[in-house]
Amino acid sequence: MTDPAYPEIWRRRTARQTLLIWAGWFFLVALTVWCWQLMTRDTIWAFVSDAPVQAADIGSRMWPPRLSYMSELWGPLWDTLNMATLGTILGVILAVPVAFLAARNTTPSALILRPVALFIIVASRSINSLIWALLLVAIMGPGLLAGVIAIGLRSIGFIGKLLYEAIEEVDSAPVEAVTATGASHAQILDYAIVPQVQPAFWGITVFRWDINIRESAILGLVGAGGLGLKLQSSLNVLAWPQVTMILIVILATVIMSEWVSARVRRAII
Amino acid sequence: MSSYPTTWKRPPQIFTHRGWRIVIQAGFAVWLVLALATLDPNWARIAEGWTRGARFLAGFLQPDFTSRWGDISKGLVESLTMTLTSTVAGVIISVPIGIGAARNVSTPAIYMICRTIIAVSRSLQEIIIAIFFVAMFGFGPFAGFLTLSFATIGFLSKLLAEDIEDIDEAQAEAVRATGASWLQMINYAIQPQVMPRLIGLSLYRLDINFRESAVIGIVGAGGIGATLNTAIDRYEYDSAGAIILIIILLVMVAEYGSSYIRKRLQ
Repeated sequence: MTDPAYPEIWRRRTARQTLLIWAGWFFLVALTVWCWQLMTRDTIWAFVSDAPVQAADIGSRMWPPRLSYMSELWGPLWDTLNMATLGTILGVILAVPVAFLAARNTTPSALILRPVALFIIVASRSINSLIWALLLVAIMGPGLLAGVIAIGLRSIGFIGKLLYEAIEEVDSAPVEAVTATGASHAQILDYAIVPQVQPAFWGITVFRWDINIRESAILGLVGAGGLGLKLQSSLNVLAWPQVTMILIVILATVIMSEWVSARVRRAII
Repeated sequence: MSSYPTTWKRPPQIFTHRGWRIVIQAGFAVWLVLALATLDPNWARIAEGWTRGARFLAGFLQPDFTSRWGDISKGLVESLTMTLTSTVAGVIISVPIGIGAARNVSTPAIYMICRTIIAVSRSLQEIIIAIFFVAMFGFGPFAGFLTLSFATIGFLSKLLAEDIEDIDEAQAEAVRATGASWLQMINYAIQPQVMPRLIGLSLYRLDINFRESAVIGIVGAGGIGATLNTAIDRYEYDSAGAIILIIILLVMVAEYGSSYIRKRLQ
């Protein structure tokens, strides 16, 4: 029965693989512990142990929300919605050419323009809209315009990346068919590629609009207008019931925009 | 012959009725005018700001890594340590929540609790959580660590739960047929199926957490964001340019590194 070639107990990995995996995990744990010590070097533990008391204190101050403050929030809410929507439109206008330059099958020059477009996409994605807003407020002064441009610049990366992936995945048969009729480059784009990526385009745009509503609600923290501005001023004077009210409004707006974007995306795709 | 049109126009796809299209387009135009009117740009301030914009661009092209290197390296160390520890802590917490939020391996009561935790974590933005944690735990990277861990839970648990719901049921049934307990079923039937994806998602979240760690410093939660905020406030655009370049570089390294490892895993 006991054939020496077949071991009694089944093992998934060889001893060497097991050892390597253990070493990998050990390294990860050691690195985490080391990082933890480095990070908490300056932490004042008295504050940390005090946190439940602080939390209870803030919680008791926050409740009940000041409902009468709502009358002051309609304007900022309108600003926030406008900032997100105008920013999305700006982002789309900037992102569509970038996406066509970045897609391998539509780029006019794979050697120069494609890497440039890819760099624009990565750079836009790696800088958060709050940092964009921080910079733009310093340059242009506080206000909605800085917020709109921040949202627009931030959206390029997201829309550009998803759109160029959609363009690269188009069915090549219609492209060939239109090319065979002797169409120019612009006509190939217009009749073979654009109709194929259009549903993806609207889906991506609505999805980004939904994300932008969330982001524009807090951009005011650095001076770019909207609900965040009210949040900042309420936090500065420690008016916690107002903070609760603002958070409720933000939450309601986010849920509404998520619902709208889910409905629209389901209708398109 | 004349009844055939000589030009072809693509029929509309979303709103097929002509009246609705006009109403929607007119409504959009009205909104656009109203929205653009609320922008109210301060042209004098912008004209003044152009020189600053030019200086920022110059700073970006000639980044100054040296004069603020002490602050930059401190911020970077905070950001990087915060990113790793919060991702590890977030993953450890989100695995049980993710299992609890998967309908096929959980009971209805636990399912509801876990889904609620996920919904709460996902609906609050990192910045808002950071404001509260800074108020509770004081300034510094510890508040940032907690913020990022909390945000990781919503993201990872949700995707892990969806992944567990999508597994191949046959294997779970086979293991259950041997008389295995619930824990053994999770360990031998579920875990091997979702592990590669869990590692991939964790790496993706590591990437996201680094990006977020560059932001929450603005409200006092430590990291490179605080250094950047100070540099911009002092109009030291050459230092700010250096910090932003470092962030872009690290994000690119993280993105390509994590996608390389994920490809190796699959």
